[in-house]
Amino acid sequence: MSAVQEPAIAATGVRKSYGDAVVLDGVDLAVAGGTIFALLGPNGAGKTTIVRILSTLVPADAGVVRVAGHDVRDEPDAVRASIGVTGQFSAVDDLLTGAENLQLMADLNHLGRDRGRARVAELLDRFGLVEAARRPASTYSGGMRRRLDLAMTLVGSPRVIFLDEPTTGLDPASRRAMWDGIRTLAAAGVTILLTTQYLDEADELADRVAVLDRGRIVAEGTPEELKRRVPGGHVRLQFADRPALHAAASLLDGAAPDEERLVLRVPGRGDVASLRRLLAQLNDARIAVTELSIHSPDLDDVFFAVTGHPTVAEEAA
Amino acid sequence: MSALAYAVTDSATMFRRNLRRLRRYPSLTLMLAGMPIVFLLLFVYVFGGQLGKGLDASVTAGRSGRAGYLDYVTPGILLMTVAAAVQGTAIVVAMDMTGGIIDRFRTMAIARSAVLTGHVLAALVQALAGVCIVLGVALALGFRAEAGVLDWLAALGIIALFAFALIWLATALGLAAKSVETASNTPMFLTFLPFLGSGFVVVASMPAGLEQFARYQPFTPATETVRGLLNGAPVGGNAMATVAWSVGIAAGSYLWARRLYTRRRPA
Repeated sequence: MSAVQEPAIAATGVRKSYGDAVVLDGVDLAVAGGTIFALLGPNGAGKTTIVRILSTLVPADAGVVRVAGHDVRDEPDAVRASIGVTGQFSAVDDLLTGAENLQLMADLNHLGRDRGRARVAELLDRFGLVEAARRPASTYSGGMRRRLDLAMTLVGSPRVIFLDEPTTGLDPASRRAMWDGIRTLAAAGVTILLTTQYLDEADELADRVAVLDRGRIVAEGTPEELKRRVPGGHVRLQFADRPALHAAASLLDGAAPDEERLVLRVPGRGDVASLRRLLAQLNDARIAVTELSIHSPDLDDVFFAVTGHPTVAEEAA
Repeated sequence: MSALAYAVTDSATMFRRNLRRLRRYPSLTLMLAGMPIVFLLLFVYVFGGQLGKGLDASVTAGRSGRAGYLDYVTPGILLMTVAAAVQGTAIVVAMDMTGGIIDRFRTMAIARSAVLTGHVLAALVQALAGVCIVLGVALALGFRAEAGVLDWLAALGIIALFAFALIWLATALGLAAKSVETASNTPMFLTFLPFLGSGFVVVASMPAGLEQFARYQPFTPATETVRGLLNGAPVGGNAMATVAWSVGIAAGSYLWARRLYTRRRPA
């Protein structure tokens, strides 16, 4: 955070095209050491490409990228020695058992026999894989596989970790467990850059969020700052008839009436204080509301707010 | 540790990983050894009686008929086993390259050469295991060699060297393949080469154009060297030719494979 300390991840003017398709069109990123940074965007925004460039897998066409104090182009091995990557697609060896997969990582990190074994045992325990340790990874469930994948990434105690859509396809319980794991890592001083399609995930985990759209960063800030820019949060009021709708619409500033469905959308975050105020206003004016629901902003709202167009993501959580 | 020491350690780690994978997937090795065994049985019991009549006693270590043909064809079948085994290498390499774990290896500070070296060494063990299985079957069928211990060792050495070269070639083909299916097909031509050489019949019996090809393609000197060593016949310049072919194929394929591995598709 201080001015003298170099960010753990620093990218300036990163560009990447595959043929005619421009995937990254000048991306700048700065992630302070020990923080969690979320890259938010729909499928095809370029999230995975950024992760692949930052983790030395593909070279950028232009721009400077420094990770853990080293340039990815000039000193890829120094970068590799400091990072851990868990990609979107499972990076475990299906024919090996969970323990063998971890032992393989221990050997490749040159931990030595005793330290390697201790590290494997510790990670099996930490990720709840002790019972499954001697079974081939091919028999693991999606959640177990993801845990093994992350455990393998941690064997070498990396200082910077990249997680590409770490919870996509996980059930809610596994998702919670993954979030806890990520928070534990950050608490230990590890820098984490994760990509996600879910606003709630970025909100839950990240210190800072950048919104990526068609290869550009279109917004960046803390989750709070970002959500403040999003008008998608609103209270939805359902009325029994048109006069009630009109009375409420004239009473509440900025409300958008839907004449067809007799619905009024009142902008706001739906917190207790503003709800209480809203209900008091309606009560004082003796307007009957048949139904009230709170709509919190999601990725679509963020997108609409900062880009002016909806996401193209087809899948939902 | 120095960079070289790390390269050796990492290659050994990858070798152990690949050996373990092969042990978990024994059906592949058995299937690949099964093909040459089928050809051995077919050629000895269906064609062997007839083909054995046309063989000169100098190439069969003295026996004639079906028994003589068994002695003649076994070296060819052993090299066919190598060709079949490396088909498995291409499949295994392509499987690894299209899976997610290779990206993990690439983001780790491990010796660049370790991934490929590990594959090649494990494939060599696999190919030699296949050769031993097929040799065992040939011996059970009555194959007799006029060879001393040194001749046996030399024959196995030649087979190993030739296998090493074809394994690098198959590794490059596996890397070049866009899918595992392609990788299982591209090295198939290797299993036909023993037919278009001295594997099953003497090349002098072939029509002129084919004979030229058969005489100079790499499987022929390799087969002749192994045959000479096992049947007690003079090896002549075939050993040198085999070594030259092997070194050439291995070096060229190694450079090709390394380039393919370094400049990877951006998927």
